[in-house]
Amino acid sequence: MDLLTPDLGLLFWQVIVFLGLFLILRAFAWKPITDSLHERENNIQSALDLAEKTRLEMTALKADNEKLLVQARADRDIILRGAKEASDKMIADSRGKAEAEGKRILEQARESMNNERQALIAQMKKEVVTLSLDIAEKVLRKELSDKSSQEKLVSDLVANSHLN
Amino acid sequence: MRLSINRFLVVTALILSSLVGVRAQEHHQEGEPGVPQLGGETAAKGKFNVGEMIMHHIKDDYGWEFAHGVTVHLPVILYSADRGLEMFSSSHLAHGEVHDGYKNVHGKIHRVNEAGVVDEEAKFFNFSITKNVASLFLSAAIMLLVFTAVSRGYAKNKGRAPSGIQSLLEPIILFVRDEVAKPSIGPRYEKFLPYLLTLFFFILINNLLGLLPGSANLTGNITVTLVLAVITFIIVTLSGNKNYWMHIFKPPGVPVALLPIMVPVEIVGVFMKPLSLMIRLFANITAGHIIILSLLGLIFMANNLGGMMTSLSISPVVLAFTLFLNLIEILVAFLQAFIFTLLTAMYIGSAVEEHHHEADHGIGHEGAGAH
Repeated sequence: MDLLTPDLGLLFWQVIVFLGLFLILRAFAWKPITDSLHERENNIQSALDLAEKTRLEMTALKADNEKLLVQARADRDIILRGAKEASDKMIADSRGKAEAEGKRILEQARESMNNERQALIAQMKKEVVTLSLDIAEKVLRKELSDKSSQEKLVSDLVANSHLN
Repeated sequence: MRLSINRFLVVTALILSSLVGVRAQEHHQEGEPGVPQLGGETAAKGKFNVGEMIMHHIKDDYGWEFAHGVTVHLPVILYSADRGLEMFSSSHLAHGEVHDGYKNVHGKIHRVNEAGVVDEEAKFFNFSITKNVASLFLSAAIMLLVFTAVSRGYAKNKGRAPSGIQSLLEPIILFVRDEVAKPSIGPRYEKFLPYLLTLFFFILINNLLGLLPGSANLTGNITVTLVLAVITFIIVTLSGNKNYWMHIFKPPGVPVALLPIMVPVEIVGVFMKPLSLMIRLFANITAGHIIILSLLGLIFMANNLGGMMTSLSISPVVLAFTLFLNLIEILVAFLQAFIFTLLTAMYIGSAVEEHHHEADHGIGHEGAGAH
């Protein structure tokens, strides 16, 4: 058993034990260990990938929300403006209509007043004529007791007749 | 200043004495027992010999001596064509006794005849459970227990954070996978990962076990590193693709005139890679053990030279150095496991590489140069 000369017995045992150790460990230790390490690394990688993907999705979602919000604001503005225009128009319309209606009513009233007046005047003229004729009759009846007075009357009547 | 010169002298003397110890043993084996030898004989007289002590610690043995006098006698298993399989405790061979015609002569079992003379003609195979083999079994058992526990942890903590020994070893497993296998081998790394992991943890655990007091020097044994290097060599050779072989026998971009030089160089390189793996691990671990044992041996040498008080007075300095070197050895234990695994991965990578870019050209050679 010298220092530099290989020893057959130890060589034999070393080959047996080392190869046996290698085979046993490969089957019962290295394979499960490396498989588990692989699996864990894959899990971590997929978790990281998922997180990254989620982050991107969140960003996209946020951008979408932003866009939607802007769109909604714009829509609201348009709707508000439309409503305002509509109401303005409605107010303006109804004012115009009211004015026209008022004018029309006024016109009508004026016309009917005129008509009333004409009718009244005509009535009054008739009344006056009737009255004058009555008066004249009565006066005539009284005055026509004498001739002179009749004549005088007539001439007076005549004279006063175009007063109206 | 004087102190450091003295220390230098002591260290030099120590290194020389270890050589003397080895020499003495060699002489002895050659069969010159009559000549008094500096190493072997002084030890027999009860004087401490540091070279012998170091060699005793880093070499294999039939018993496992945990501390002086505390020895577990391990089984000796012998097979010979004429006597079949024989098995007995190494305690029968202790102190040079003869048992069933076998005798332990300087750490090697020989068959002896009736007269007690070593019979060099007898052929038999020695499959004894030596200290290193026992340590090998121990480390294999530790690895099986630890890694089946880790594996159970993955089953138990499915979809949850790792816990306990699983979280202790997961970073190292990931390191071997992500820093050694993936960059060196490329996309086909998964096929070779079990071998690389077994290799890394086998070397690491045995390096660390070897640092314990009273333990065996398994990864500092040339047989063990030889087996590991040969397995790497076989894997590299079997998984070599067309590119790999073409690179050896017809290197692209090399002028035809240079081929007679380049092809032998490449062929030598194929064998030099596992050879360098074998020697690197063996030499690093053995050297570390020798340095630590030499430092500790200083205390006993001082006892030889100047008595008890001298050895007591140098002990604190020696212990500080030993502690420091032990820390370095822990680093080396990790480093050598890493280097062996990395270079194995690189050699496999060069064998399975699909497309040869000029940039990748030198990886295998760089690796071979990184001693």
